[in-house]
Order: sequence, then C-alpha cells, then structure tokens
Amino acid sequence: MSRPPDPARSDPAGPDTSRLRDRVRDRALVAAILVGAWAAVAWGTGAPAFILPSPLRVAEAFVANAALIGDHALVTLAEVLAGLALGAGLGAATAVWLSLSAPARRLVMPALVFSQAVPIFALAPVLTLWLGYGIWPKILVTVLIIYFPVASAFLDGLRRADPALIELARVMGGGRWRILLRIRAPLALPDLASGLRLAAVYAPIGAVIGEWVGASKGLGYLMLLANGRAKTDLMFAALVALALGAVALHAVLGSLATRLERWSRTGRWR
Amino acid sequence: MTGAPPPGLRLNGTLRFGAQVLFRDLSMTVRPGEWTCLLGDSGVGKSTVLRLLAGLETGAALEGEAGATDGAPLEGRIAWMAQSDLLAPWLDLHENLAMGARLRGEPPDRDRAAELLERVGLGPHAHKTPHMLSGGMRQRAALARALIEDRPVALLDEPFAALDLRTRAAMQELAFAELAGRTVLHVTHDPHEAARLGHRILVLTRDGLVEPALPAGLPIRDAAGPEVLEAQARLTRLLLGETRA
Ligand SMILES: Nc1ncnc2c1ncn2[C@@H]1O[C@H](COP(=O)(O)OP(=O)(O)OP(=O)(O)O)[C@@H](O)[C@H]1O
Ligand SMILES: [Mg+2]
Repeated sequence: MSRPPDPARSDPAGPDTSRLRDRVRDRALVAAILVGAWAAVAWGTGAPAFILPSPLRVAEAFVANAALIGDHALVTLAEVLAGLALGAGLGAATAVWLSLSAPARRLVMPALVFSQAVPIFALAPVLTLWLGYGIWPKILVTVLIIYFPVASAFLDGLRRADPALIELARVMGGGRWRILLRIRAPLALPDLASGLRLAAVYAPIGAVIGEWVGASKGLGYLMLLANGRAKTDLMFAALVALALGAVALHAVLGSLATRLERWSRTGRWR
Repeated sequence: MTGAPPPGLRLNGTLRFGAQVLFRDLSMTVRPGEWTCLLGDSGVGKSTVLRLLAGLETGAALEGEAGATDGAPLEGRIAWMAQSDLLAPWLDLHENLAMGARLRGEPPDRDRAAELLERVGLGPHAHKTPHMLSGGMRQRAALARALIEDRPVALLDEPFAALDLRTRAAMQELAFAELAGRTVLHVTHDPHEAARLGHRILVLTRDGLVEPALPAGLPIRDAAGPEVLEAQARLTRLLLGETRA
C-alpha cells in the first residue's frame, strides 16, 4: 500500500532534529516562565535595583559588560574543563585500579567515602593557601568534587559487568587486563556515562567555590566583586552567564553520555 | 586443532547446593573424540555439568572431581557455547568471532571468520551488531564463535534450540563436520537431535545417568531416516517417563 507522505508527520530533518527542536522549545518555555516570574516579583515588590534588579536591567548590564563577563567566563570555563578532564580521567583510572584489586578496594574505598564527608567549602581555603591564587586551586576543587561520582559509578559498572560474558572470556583464555579492556570497560560505559552526567552538574560549582575563596579572575570572582560594590545587576548578569554555561556543559556531556550508552548496547554511536 | 589427541572428560561425585543434593554419586565419562549427547529434564543439572567441566563457578559444592581423563588441566582446551548467546552487543559479528583471539592477544583469523559466518548463513550480516539480529541468527553467530575457537573439547549447551527445523539440520551437519575427531559434550532437549548426532546418548535423571540404546549406524545420521525416527520415539517415551531404559 502506498500513501503520499503525511506532511504533518514526516519531518525532512529527521526524528532526531525534530526531537531536539521540541526540547529546545520546552526549555525556552520554562526559561520564559522563570524570567516572567522574576520580573513579576521585581515589579510587584517594587524592590530597589540593588536588592533585586529586573530582568531587563540584568540584560542591559549583560550587554554593557559583555566583554568583561566574557573574559571572566573564559577563565571559569578553562578551570571547569581542566577539572573535568583531570577529575574524570583520575576517577576512571581509580575505578580501573580498584576493579583489579580486592585488597585495594578494601583499603581505598572507605577513604574515598570518608573524603566525601568532608565539605569542599571547608577545604577550599586550605587549597588556596597551598596552591596560591592562580587557576590550580580552582581546578583542584573541581577535580575533588567530580572525582568520586565518576570513580564510583565506573567501578560499579566494571564490577557488575555481565558475569557470564566474563566467564566466556576466561574460557577463551583472556587475561585480566585484556578482559578489562575488551569486555568489562565496554560493558561499563553506561555507568561511566551516568558518572559524567553528574560531573557536568558539579564541575561549575567546584570552580566557583574555588574562585570565591580567593581569586582575581573568573565568574565567581566577578560575582563577589559586583556584589561588594552593590552592582547587583552585574552580579546577576554573571550568574546568568554561569547558568547558561552550566546548561550547555550538561547538554554536551549528556549527549556524549547518551552516545556511550548506545554504543555499549548496540555498537552504534547514533 | 594441533597434534595431541583430544582428552576424554570425567565427572565423578556428589553435587550440593547448600543442603539440597542435585546429584549423588554421579559417574559420567565422555570418551575422547566422540560426540556425546546429554538429555534430561529442565533443572536436572545439565548446564551445571558443563560448567563444572569448564571449571566455572556453579555456586554448588562438588565432592568429587571434574576434568580431563588425561589428567592435564582442561584450561585452554575448551570451547564453551553457553545456553544464551553471550555475544558482545557493541561488536559486529565479525568482531564477535575475533573476540577469542583478541582476548588472547593473537591476531584474529579474518578469513576463517568470514568463512564460518558464511557457512552459518550470516555472511550478509557480518557487519551487523547482535541487536539487529533475530534470536536464531544470534545463536548461529555464537555457534560460529565456538567453532572458530578450534579447541579439542567442545561443551555445547542447547546450541540449536532457537533454530527452525531446516536450519537446525544444516547447523547440526556443519557442527558435526567441524568438530569431527574432537570430544564433544552436547546438552539438548531434543531426542531427535540426540538420535541424529550421538556416538553416545546419556540421560541425566534425579537418580543418576541412564544410557539408552543407540540408533543403528554411525552419526551423523539421516535426519528423516527410520533409525533416527525410531530412536527418537524410544527416547521420547523414556523422557516422558513411560518406559525405563
Ligand atoms: N546458584 C544456585 N543456587 C542454588 N541452586 C542452583 C543454583 N544454580 C542452579 N541451581 C539449581 O541447579 C539445578 C540445575 O540447574 P541447571 O542450569 O544445571 O539445569 P539444566 O538441566 O541445564 O536445565 P535447563 O534444561 O532448564 O537448562 C536447578 O534446579 C537450579 O535450580
Ligand atoms: Mg541448562
């Protein structure tokens, strides 16, 4: 049976693009509602601009200070990306190491869990004391925040990997390293992916914490500076830039995670 | 397969899951170079027997021994085809067949993989991943992967169960030819299949092993021949519990 394609349903750009379009539309709607609510509160309460600036004022501040915000955003972005790469790499390497050694797991896991109980806010000033005011303490705070979620998610995946397939690999004569590389790691990619999703949410927080404790650059520093000078509109503009960056980072890493998951299940990236 | 003759297999002893006894004082041997079919009710312990021989964890305690009759360890001499296909979902069929070689750090034999995929009827699908294939296609890929391992002992757990009658007959012939001269222990629920393939047929029951009479002639036997069909009927009665061996 042949029918002319239904113009309402067939999307020449393909289902992926149309789904993306739907998502963008949904998010724009949510953003519009939030901005609307913000505007309503600012107008309704008649709060002075240095307490709660209206969205319009913040937008003006954003445009007027675009170059300044851009400079500081680049610094924060560099900290976040470096922290992510280092933290995810160290976390994944730790998971691999712990998956190979039961004694290491027994010794190291409690220490890792304990390290999570230490509030990073309390640690950040010490890191600044040790590493100075440059980019490194910020990167380190970011690394510390995302290291554990990545390591523990990937380790879970490596250890849970389909036992029957691992047995077959052993019967075939595979050694631990080759089984890890060729079987366990591909099977554990979805778990690594969920660790990365969490990391995307936490990484910007880590960098900003580092900047609040002591910095001369970055969005966190700019927010403190603007706040201190009662330039609340600039503070909000920097906050908006940070939020937009976090959302974009989450989208990029989320899409990477989805691809990793799909590849592990089907051998296809898309 | 290289020089040395294939070993026979031996499993003696009592197997317990905690307090529950799966079998008591079992004494089973599989003669070297022969195709032995193992029948028995679901849950009687056939897969467990294969796992014990393959040296895999069963969660059970064996009081006794499982291994090769030549006394040397079976490690590295077994091709194991499990009851589920165990294909790696991220690898295409070609790479799934290369899996064993890659795990051993050997160069995979691409020509042999292509040939075997062709012979199990999956030539056109060599570059598809398992999720794009039917259950029967995946089972044939798993069979090809067991055959490419080229080991003197093959432990096959219901290797043809998901196939239609015609494909099943063809795969039986392929496997029988490829594994000629090797020691094969083949778990199956199909009395016809056992009648066709077995140099020996064993039935595992709660009370131990039963060895029913074989059909006339040597395997592989004519799938629709009177010897196979007569033996199928006899085995069917035995499995239904209507006669004793
Ligand atoms: N880890 C375990 N703990 C306790 N009992 C188990 C365990 N594994 C298997 N069993 C029991 O061992 C028995 C034998 O299982 P097995 O898989 O060997 O059966 P099978 O003969 O291969 O059955 P089927 O024909 O259905 O594949 C079953 O009754 C099962 O309940
Ligand atoms: Mg079984």
